[in-house]
Amino acid sequence: MKLETFSYLPQMSDADIKKQIEYIVKNGWYPGIEYTETPGPENAYWTFWKLPFFNAETPEEVLEEIQECQRNNPNAYIKLTGYDNKRQCQVFSFVVYKPQAAA
Amino acid sequence: MPNSNPTRGKGDKALFEAGVKEYSAQGRYYYDPDYTPNPTDVLAAFRITPQEGVPWEEAAAAVAAESSSGTWTTVWSDHLTDQARYAGRTYKIEPIPGQDNQFMAYIAYPLDLFEEGSMPNLMSSIVGNVFGFKAIRALRLEDLHIPPVLLKTFQGPPHGIVVERDLLNKYGRPLLGATMKPKLGLSAKNYGRVVYEALRGGLDFTKDDENITSQPFMRWYDRARFVMEAVHKAEAETGERKGHYLNVTAGDMEEMYRRAEDAKALGSRIIMVDYLTVGFTAFASLSKWCRRNGILLHAHRAMHAVIDRQKNHGIHWRVLAKWARIVGADHVHNGTIVGKLEGDRVSTLAVADLLREDFVPANKERGIFFDQPWVSMAPTMPVASGGIHVWHIPELVALFGDDVVLQFGGGTLGHPWGNAPGATANRVALEAAVKARNEGRDLLREGAQILKEAARFSPALQKAMETWKEIKFDYDTVDSLDR
Repeated sequence: MKLETFSYLPQMSDADIKKQIEYIVKNGWYPGIEYTETPGPENAYWTFWKLPFFNAETPEEVLEEIQECQRNNPNAYIKLTGYDNKRQCQVFSFVVYKPQAAA
Repeated sequence: MPNSNPTRGKGDKALFEAGVKEYSAQGRYYYDPDYTPNPTDVLAAFRITPQEGVPWEEAAAAVAAESSSGTWTTVWSDHLTDQARYAGRTYKIEPIPGQDNQFMAYIAYPLDLFEEGSMPNLMSSIVGNVFGFKAIRALRLEDLHIPPVLLKTFQGPPHGIVVERDLLNKYGRPLLGATMKPKLGLSAKNYGRVVYEALRGGLDFTKDDENITSQPFMRWYDRARFVMEAVHKAEAETGERKGHYLNVTAGDMEEMYRRAEDAKALGSRIIMVDYLTVGFTAFASLSKWCRRNGILLHAHRAMHAVIDRQKNHGIHWRVLAKWARIVGADHVHNGTIVGKLEGDRVSTLAVADLLREDFVPANKERGIFFDQPWVSMAPTMPVASGGIHVWHIPELVALFGDDVVLQFGGGTLGHPWGNAPGATANRVALEAAVKARNEGRDLLREGAQILKEAARFSPALQKAMETWKEIKFDYDTVDSLDR
């Protein structure tokens, strides 16, 4: 089972995840978090964790939200998204955490 | 006796001035250096090689006339029209550095010459008549500005880059594809196997080659079924959306529609067409069908080199590429840059801008002769295909960014362990390059190192890197061409 962008690389450390969050923020995009227990080709709209973080100031804030999402949903896959309101579309998405039991 | 008016004699001068006049003659409009183009004019840049002894103004005016309203001798019925309104006008002539037998002519065409939304009409008008003209030794259309008012009468790509990514659920990286090889001769079942292996290994797309349509060794309807079985199986196993560009190029429009409908019924996300060989009428109809039916359209540029390869005669690729977007296509092949053809680098990147951006400013250094506003026409994904492999990936990402399809035919199918590891090698290399770029690493300087780090956890990538020769990445700047 693969999960699109970066799923062919080993699980990223929190430090590396923070660098990707920085990339989103540096480009002027808005990070978001979604989760699901049932990934797959038919499932693109995962459940929103809160809302996109239009006012996030630091990558740490976003990483804390990701971790809280995982604590609340230990069996879920969690993805980080990015929205570009100039191009008016989603521009970023990768699965940052898998459930503990999954490969 | 019918029609017994005498037509010889004293009053003839009052009729009209019969005979041959120079195209560049005063008062004929075809050479008009004081003319300022209208925002609604279509503008052409023509590289003209006149016959010896033909003055530049006359050659340019001849091109303007014969691609608009003029003909070789005056006719009485000219005077029933307002000739000023329909004439193409050469408004500027420029020498070309390094060439003394050629020059650049800039010609403006009034909007009323053209039918709305008709690329065949635009082409028949501007390039349909003048290229065989005896006074011109050679002629090349270098660039064509389409004014926004005319651009708005064309559909453009059925979906465009943004919608494509949303349909495929793929963000933040280039897309990966591969043409199936051998080009011809596989049975449908074997072909499906090749597709399945490449997709399950990690490619987003596999592709029919341009000359695979429906032949005795494999008929369309059989290929479509085995291919879609392979696509669905790879999707189910990997959990990622996949596509195979089924080539609907056919001998007549009715069969093209039948194949497109069949692809849709089988659940294909994308189809493909050889846009130059099917012609712009068929291409436009198919493109509109794709928008109505929610299916992506990949355009192969088969036959382009017949038109664009000679530097002094034909139509430059950048014009053919613009036409692909306008009529339009979600993907079009645009060249890879990397490798031996350094001279194409600037031009290929300029064409990538013409395909993807919403406004491309004139810049002769890049070969762009006119501003081209795209007034929100959807962008087309350029496709880099041909002779690329894993070692090229960091540079490809640096040059093209994310909005590109990278196709590795031999570079996937030639992996010693087979297609799936070949595909995985390319996918791992690509993701490692993108991750590194996002972290702020320099892909040109550190490319080889980034690949080596990734190979530590991917045996398939390690093997691919051994199989193909290492490219050096120690540039300080990207090369730029002197023109």
